[in-house]
Amino acid sequence: MKPFDYARPGDVAEAVRVATLPGAVFLGGGTNLVDHLKLGVARPDLVVDVRTLTSREVTDTEDGGLRAGAAVTNSELAADRRVRERYPVLAQALLAGATGQLRNTATTGGNPLQRTRCVYFQDVTTPCNKREPGTGCSAIGGTTRNHAVLGASQACIATHPSDMAVALAALDACVQVLGPTGERTVPFTELHRLPGDDPSRDTVLEQGELITAMGLPPLPAARTSAYRKVRDRASYAFALVSVAAVLDVRDGVVQDVRIALGGVAHKPWRATRAEQALRGGPATPDAFAAAAAEELADARPQPGIDGGNGFKVPLVTRTLVATLRDLTAAQEG
Amino acid sequence: MDAEISLRVDGQAHRLTVDTRTTLLDAMRERLGVTSPKKGCDHGQCGACTVLLDGERQLPCLALAVAHDGAEITTADGLAPPGELHPVQQAFLDQDAFQCGYCTPGQVCSAVAVLDEVARGWPSHASTDLTADPELDHDEVSERMSGNLCRCAAYVNIVPAVQQAGGRS
Repeated sequence: MKPFDYARPGDVAEAVRVATLPGAVFLGGGTNLVDHLKLGVARPDLVVDVRTLTSREVTDTEDGGLRAGAAVTNSELAADRRVRERYPVLAQALLAGATGQLRNTATTGGNPLQRTRCVYFQDVTTPCNKREPGTGCSAIGGTTRNHAVLGASQACIATHPSDMAVALAALDACVQVLGPTGERTVPFTELHRLPGDDPSRDTVLEQGELITAMGLPPLPAARTSAYRKVRDRASYAFALVSVAAVLDVRDGVVQDVRIALGGVAHKPWRATRAEQALRGGPATPDAFAAAAAEELADARPQPGIDGGNGFKVPLVTRTLVATLRDLTAAQEG
Repeated sequence: MDAEISLRVDGQAHRLTVDTRTTLLDAMRERLGVTSPKKGCDHGQCGACTVLLDGERQLPCLALAVAHDGAEITTADGLAPPGELHPVQQAFLDQDAFQCGYCTPGQVCSAVAVLDEVARGWPSHASTDLTADPELDHDEVSERMSGNLCRCAAYVNIVPAVQQAGGRS
């Protein structure tokens, strides 16, 4: 492991000042960063420990939403009774990710910033544009079972691994950010980037910008919401595909719907085309399948030495139909 | 870069100087001689090093020691007074819930925390109702213990051991 300096500033303002230096990284729970330090994927000069600097409280907001401090652990957020009742999709997504031990350590601010589990990104002996810009993408034409079918580029076909992030995208969460020039709020759906020609940047955050809290807007429809994850084993595996959905159905007609997909793109994929196709229409399996087809019209499966990832297109369709069918049944019986 | 830290492990206070790169697991095993937490994968995937860190089950292989100055750690060795067994340890013996034993200290610490999490009403991925009190049925135990691998595959006895310790046999 490359040597690094360690700093534990007194408050977030100082942390942000210290972390503006190139080569500085924030340490939250560390479940991904510490692994990357060992693997040589992350080679910082300075580790700025913010684990105890941000809020570890979930609080009600005046508008009826919730605000989770960045230091709230994934376990605590999933167990919060208000989250379980008002945003079940978020509790389910958190509980579908990692293990009890990791959820006790991983944080609300850190989870969305975890990096891809692309095996080539994590293997420093192979070229990777995300790890070392300009070296090429080893995944293209390699093993692609876990890779993207939407929004990928010639430079990178990695997927974002977080379950929690898929739920936050569906819920229209907002990210509170503190940076060298002050505070700003980033809509969660705009936090992560598509790879384009610079996959080294996962998010729109600038050097030194720190997530301090996650805001959940009031969304009564989210009481009927769900997260459905399909993976290669029953527990403790990343998603092949996943669906986070909020559905409001009355008399068989879709009043409101929010959908985000996981395991298919470089970012949590908000399925706006499918939502548009569904709003005001019938809540039937045929309509759900048609909406999935709409969303997946531009899907580009990757060939691969492992057989490729073409299976994701029908798998997303079936997972989305099953999720919306269950949410419809929960409301209409 | 070196840093001086304090740790309290199984009730005993320690002061030591660590390189900033040292993990909490290596600090315990190689500096303090606390070898109850085992080093399996060293990447947070196997759960063999599971300890109770500040009251919650966590993985010291993914924790930088320098970031845990002042931490209170309980390993499987410190769950019960010397010469006595914690109810979870007794249940592992009663149910023959191990073979080679390498993963067992991590399994035991994880199981102690699982029972605590269930008592607090925390749901899991296996809970059909997110807001109901969880039951210690097979699927719940299996899901909650999924972060502890056993290469001997003693799972078939680990699940009943956790249920026994939780008062359901």
